[in-house]
Amino acid sequence: MALADKDRIFTNVYGYQDWGLKAAKARGDWDKTAELMKRGQDQIIEDIKASGLRGRGGAGFPTGLKWSFMPKAPTPERPSFLVINADESEPGSCKDREIIRHDPHKLIEGALIAGFAMRARAAYIYIRGEYIREAETLFAAVQQAYDAGLLGKNAAKSGYDFDVFVHRGAGAYICGEETAMIESLEGKKGQPRLKPPFPAGAGLYGCPTTVNNVESIAVVPTILRRGATWFSSFGRENNKGTKLFQISGHVEKPCVVEEEMSISFRELIEKHCGGVRGGWDNLLAVIPGGSSVPLVPASEIIDCPMDFDGLKAVGSGLGTAAIIVMDKSTDIVRAISRISYFYKHESCGQCTPCREGTGWMWRVMERLREGKADISEIDTLYQVTKQVEGHTICALGDAAAWPIQGLIRHFRPELERRITERKGEGGAMLEAAE
Amino acid sequence: MPKVTVDGIEVEVPAGATVLQACEAAGKEIPRFCYHERLSIAGNCRMCLVEVSPGPPKPQASCALPAADNQVIRTDTQMVRHAREGVMEFLLINHPLDCPICDQGGECDLQDQSVAYGKGHSRYDENKRAVTEKYMGPIVKTVMTRCIHCTRCVRFAEEVAGVESIGAIYRGENMQITSYLEQAVNSELSGNVVDLCPVGALTSKPYAFEARPWELSKTPGIDVMDAVGTNIRIDVRGRQVMRVLPRINDDVNEEWAHDKTRHHIDGLMERRLDRPWVRRDGKLQSATWAEAFEAIRAVNAGSSVAAIAGDLVDCETMFAAKTLVNALGSTMLEGRQTGLSYDVSSLSAVNFNTTIARVEEADVILLIGTNLRWEASLINTRVRKAVWRRRAKVFAIGQEVDLTYRAEWLGNDAALIAKLPKTVTDAFAKAERPMVIVGGGALAVTGAQAAAQALVKTLNLVRDDWNGFNVVHMAAARMGSLMLGYAQSGGIADITAAAPKLAFFLGADEVDFANFDKSFKVFVGHHGDKGAHAADVILPAVAWPEKAGTYVNTEGRVQVAERAAFAPGDAREDWSIFRALADVLGVNVGFDSFDACRASMIAAVPALGREGEIADYGWSLPKGGTAKPSGPIPSPVKDFYLTNAIARASATMQRCSAELLHGETFEEAAE
Repeated sequence: MALADKDRIFTNVYGYQDWGLKAAKARGDWDKTAELMKRGQDQIIEDIKASGLRGRGGAGFPTGLKWSFMPKAPTPERPSFLVINADESEPGSCKDREIIRHDPHKLIEGALIAGFAMRARAAYIYIRGEYIREAETLFAAVQQAYDAGLLGKNAAKSGYDFDVFVHRGAGAYICGEETAMIESLEGKKGQPRLKPPFPAGAGLYGCPTTVNNVESIAVVPTILRRGATWFSSFGRENNKGTKLFQISGHVEKPCVVEEEMSISFRELIEKHCGGVRGGWDNLLAVIPGGSSVPLVPASEIIDCPMDFDGLKAVGSGLGTAAIIVMDKSTDIVRAISRISYFYKHESCGQCTPCREGTGWMWRVMERLREGKADISEIDTLYQVTKQVEGHTICALGDAAAWPIQGLIRHFRPELERRITERKGEGGAMLEAAE
Repeated sequence: MPKVTVDGIEVEVPAGATVLQACEAAGKEIPRFCYHERLSIAGNCRMCLVEVSPGPPKPQASCALPAADNQVIRTDTQMVRHAREGVMEFLLINHPLDCPICDQGGECDLQDQSVAYGKGHSRYDENKRAVTEKYMGPIVKTVMTRCIHCTRCVRFAEEVAGVESIGAIYRGENMQITSYLEQAVNSELSGNVVDLCPVGALTSKPYAFEARPWELSKTPGIDVMDAVGTNIRIDVRGRQVMRVLPRINDDVNEEWAHDKTRHHIDGLMERRLDRPWVRRDGKLQSATWAEAFEAIRAVNAGSSVAAIAGDLVDCETMFAAKTLVNALGSTMLEGRQTGLSYDVSSLSAVNFNTTIARVEEADVILLIGTNLRWEASLINTRVRKAVWRRRAKVFAIGQEVDLTYRAEWLGNDAALIAKLPKTVTDAFAKAERPMVIVGGGALAVTGAQAAAQALVKTLNLVRDDWNGFNVVHMAAARMGSLMLGYAQSGGIADITAAAPKLAFFLGADEVDFANFDKSFKVFVGHHGDKGAHAADVILPAVAWPEKAGTYVNTEGRVQVAERAAFAPGDAREDWSIFRALADVLGVNVGFDSFDACRASMIAAVPALGREGEIADYGWSLPKGGTAKPSGPIPSPVKDFYLTNAIARASATMQRCSAELLHGETFEEAAE
């Protein structure tokens, strides 16, 4: 059983049709938006809660619950804001990009409805700096919406005043962290803030703020139109709905595809990607949720349901559902080392464990890649990842630690093989020459 | 009042307290690098991690976590120990092992805490990071490889000093703390970042490689560079003052000191008067004490004697001189060297009545003719705090300057004092804690003092538990001299009009000596500056670190300094000079020792004996004159770094003045 075409939310994800307002309306966007909003703010939040939608940015926090933390009566001196996280920088992740360049009006309509539901004065869409064409499209789409009276004063004739601002990032991964994004929007150096206070209490410019992923917002209008029960009819309990999966790596046809949550890995790959390159026996490991989650070896992933709980059970996570498939031609140590370099490069440098630890971990990984290390250093490296994990202000420290932990957990023999083989080739001689 | 349990000890902490403060209340030491009581919370060093339940199953940064009722905090578990060891290891992997050549050695937080919380060995085999030095001006030396990125300096510059010139660039392990564009940090408070830096990344440039902390003897003192009365610690090796650091006094200077306080000390040994001089045939010639005394006796002045007190002298010196002058039958005493003649019939009317600490409570502030940043830097930081924390509104009359906070400048016309714009009076009408600060510039304008005093009534400055009328002085000696009667009703002009035969100048260098051409001028002081050049006889006295003394700051707070060093050459303590002169001139001053001098001073002015307290002047305003003030208000401080003889003799202060105020550039020697 797989998702039928009639149940797809993102009907233009491949860009076969125009992204513009007219085509979007033909696809059903902006259809009686004012009537959806007439349900009232609390009812919308209730509907989203009932739909079981969990945040699509990686952490999987229930979206409706998050909105309900916002103040019920914001004042003009201290308005509420919605910040939409389009700083899609997670290696492997490319779903928000498809939404923005092919279906931006889903996002903008979602921004209006979500902003209305949480009583926000405006939405800020923070788009990744490298998304140049996507930003152009988004700017143009927002302008179309303003020109058509769908945003601004009395947005979409709903009687609600709402603005949408698009802000371009400058190429820092860390600005995808919600509080760093707020800092960046305020014009400061993108560094995560301490929590508490949480953004719902004091966020952008010190005002109550909710930060949501692009996909979380873009699915909202369709959920309201088709009903919470429709959305929650997909997926397992606690993992409801449909989801954009992004499959890259060693599959026959890498793609972005909307599927039901909890679809098994095997079905997803067979159906949409033409199978693993070289057949299932050639599968080595999978990183199921973007570079920051631990890898899962082939044997454990093949029949795993692709959802939050299913992947948690195999020691990993759904993340943004950016599935990186690696076959047996992969130098797995080099792959993880490269990811390690990414986190070293993108650490903001604010807090000690991440600033100092990411560089250390990468350097050891580089030596392990070539086998230029001692076997005891594998344990040292594991301890260092444990010293970083859970000790930092934001989750980047965890994200840097987990891939390495996953590697050591599942591929320790490979690491040891490289060290012993190198030693056998004259490592002892090298040491003597020092 | 949340009740929490720390390692089994139950403590109650004030609402809003952090977990770290709760741990301290329970007597537990929490290591930290980035946390500082007087700065905002950054939470980035991760050294203060503790275990808190209820909460996530990972250690929490105690500096940033609010204490809540029924929290159970553990500081002694395996998890906490591992967390600390881990952070310590991370901090040390890229920290150079150059403690033997680091000026912070011996007073380094990183050293101390790695002994207490570190692992004792290193597992890091990679290369260490090196960072290029940054230029931060004439006061702050940088060795940025040692930086642990606690951002205390960044937060201090932004929050307290009010200059946004220090920040972080780049990210991850390439993050660097720097002054933007590597320009000098243009703040009179820049030296404080040296104290704040927990490691040797920011050290004192003038003090570089001068001494080790364990070689220094430490003496509590009072700063004389302005009238704030900053509490300081004088660090001395042998007879040389090596450095001056602030002491904590929440009522006065919190824990800050400005750069002149810290770094004028290299002028102490320059241009020193270390033996008596007598003018013979129009030229000053070196002499013995006996020859100098004989020259003074030969004037035969009788009762035609005056004494002018300088800005840096202590109360005992002024009292000794006053006793001598009085014994000779004269009352010609004056301390306002530059010719100010404001009405001092009520000392409360020329006092900083709000008190320095309570400036923070003010909500509407009017500055009249004062560049507060230069006249009293540490009162300026309090005003900044009121603006920053309480959103106080500041209006200012006078020459427009950057005070580090937003002020509405009304213009530089003294006439404005008598007719304030409606916006100002409206703001004051709504104020709960209104405040007016009158500066030295305004006191120089005829009628301005009376017009300012009239504001007490029109702006309703004095109410229950609050007195918002303030005068800010610039001379450390000022309030003491006024208490000792160093004031003529017409100011120094009264004395020049009387043309005394003999005039003593107690370290007074700012006097217009041309007006004293008929007097025999005796300079009792320590630096060869303007006063010494004009003198007929120079009697070498001691400078402030070389004597004990009582000082009264601009809010009337009596503070006592101890002697920290000894004077060079033949210089003598001031009181003993006047005691000896009494014999020479055939009168009796009634004391034979410093203690006796101080005792008779306290007998004469009891308030000077109550150390640490604010003298009670009562509250009354003199009858104002009828003169209406008008015209521009002059700025009394022309050059912050060169306001007195010691600072002018200091190479560091000269360089600060040239570089920070006059835009000169200095090439650093290639190292």
